[in-house]
Amino acid sequence: MHTVVIGVIGADVHAVGNKIIEHVLNEHGFNVVNIGVLSSQEDFINAAIETNAKAILVSSLYGHGEIDCRQMKDNCVEAGLSHVKLYVGGNIVVGKQDFKEVEDRFKKMGFDRVYPPGTNIEEAIEEIKADLT
Amino acid sequence: MSIHLLVDFGSTYTKLTAVDVEEEVIIGTSKAMTTVKTDVLEGFNTALEKLENAHPKMGEISAVSACSSAAGGLKMAAIGLIEELTAEAAKRACLGAGALVNHVYTHHLSKKEIKALKSAAIDIVLLAGGTDGGNKECIIHNAKKLREAEIEVPIIVAGNKDAADEIETIFDDSKIEYYIVDNVMPKLKELHVKAAKDVIRKIFITKIIEAKGIKKAEEKTGEIIMPTPESVLMAAELLAKGYEDEEGYGELMVVDIGGATTDIHTLGRGYPKRTEVILKGLQEPFAKRTVEGDLGMRYSANALLSLVSPYEFKKYYQYEDESNIEASAKKRSEHVDYLPDNDQEEAFDAALARICCDLSVSRHVGTVEVVYTPLGNMYYQTGKDLTEVQYVVGTGGVLIHRKDAKQILSEVTKKSNKKLELRPEDPKILIDEHYILAAMGLLSQKHPKLALKLLKRHLK
Repeated sequence: MHTVVIGVIGADVHAVGNKIIEHVLNEHGFNVVNIGVLSSQEDFINAAIETNAKAILVSSLYGHGEIDCRQMKDNCVEAGLSHVKLYVGGNIVVGKQDFKEVEDRFKKMGFDRVYPPGTNIEEAIEEIKADLT
Repeated sequence: MSIHLLVDFGSTYTKLTAVDVEEEVIIGTSKAMTTVKTDVLEGFNTALEKLENAHPKMGEISAVSACSSAAGGLKMAAIGLIEELTAEAAKRACLGAGALVNHVYTHHLSKKEIKALKSAAIDIVLLAGGTDGGNKECIIHNAKKLREAEIEVPIIVAGNKDAADEIETIFDDSKIEYYIVDNVMPKLKELHVKAAKDVIRKIFITKIIEAKGIKKAEEKTGEIIMPTPESVLMAAELLAKGYEDEEGYGELMVVDIGGATTDIHTLGRGYPKRTEVILKGLQEPFAKRTVEGDLGMRYSANALLSLVSPYEFKKYYQYEDESNIEASAKKRSEHVDYLPDNDQEEAFDAALARICCDLSVSRHVGTVEVVYTPLGNMYYQTGKDLTEVQYVVGTGGVLIHRKDAKQILSEVTKKSNKKLELRPEDPKILIDEHYILAAMGLLSQKHPKLALKLLKRHLK
């Protein structure tokens, strides 16, 4: 059973999607460590270390995700988590932007996969499963 | 008459409390210097004689219970993975069991740390790290290092259960005395300290008491059942929760200002009181104890002065003449049995006590931090919200003997420059005038209801 850390980053309190993601991941056999809303990079990283997680799934819905996720990969590497996969999804940038560009930017920041708003969660789960095996 | 004698072998005094279990009254208390260096029973016998002389009709003692913080109390080292998570959980288990924790290590133990650990004056090591099913590489590494260093004190392993078998193999063919118990943090941020606390107490009773030369007392007192601070915490928990139809006082705080340390105990969940507050960090124990090793009236008087600037000190001390401040502090740390002999020295003691109280409460209580979100201001709360604590109980020599103890304790509510601290706002202040808290913790093991009644009657 793979352990994954999920949560909502930054000063973002959107709790509903976070609960749905937890529910669906549980149903698909993941060991879900949900650190909830208003979480900092440090919270994600500390949780991943203690629980020996294979992936960190960052949610953001309020538009400031790009700022909140800066240097997250570097911080993971610094904390000995270079092997941990990084995912991000939601309304992760300000306003309506071309998703391809957004995806490129986040990939450059070290995220393994980037999901736009309205992604079907089952789709994402298939990819996560494939990545972790 | 059925007399239950309660004994506290303290670092300075051996204190006795005699309770008549049938009449439900405290017959009397007495104390004498603790005599660990010669024969611990000397002090006990002196105190008992005093008690018997003062109450000649006391009658036969039918039961004795004892606790001890003599010969340095119980000292532990806590090892975890992340400072705020398993290391903190391990530390809280030690504190809750009545230990003093001066050594906390995180991540992989280095040679330097192992060397420091080996030469440190500690009685037990608590080794944690990883949630159940989580990281086990770190705790296994640390177990190997402890084994290589041939640590001579008992090691309690309370980390990731997946690592337990391997750690057993590491320690098995060595001289290391070890105990494997439930993880102190089985899931992220979930605190689970009971199993660790139980084994700490077991080791304390069977080994530590003997190593410190207090075992001999058991000829007279029966088994010494716990460290004194744990006993105080138990009394406080009983007073907060109540017992059967005898109601408790609800959320409360105990401030214990001693010669070397200041202990704060709080009983209560400390959950956020408002909906826009989000709780962060490791789960808080219902009965929480923190110990400040740099805040005390005598041994720590010098260390205490270094924590406040001269300007700040004057806020607590009304004398204009400040030339004697350092000398007064020095006098106290060099002569730990010093008692003030003039008004200025009295005022100096009051100032020290106020600082102990103020700073130790600051370090114990939770804090809030504002987060500006698009939905308005939200708050992070770290630690316990103690704003609605109903009672603050003061104990320890300085508070018991001073007439202005309640004014000193009013520091608990000080908010002036600490707006983000969740300190009690309007508690009733009680003083443990007869020094019975630890004794009632002991009594509660057999007569919880009586202990509770006596606490309610005598804390004023």
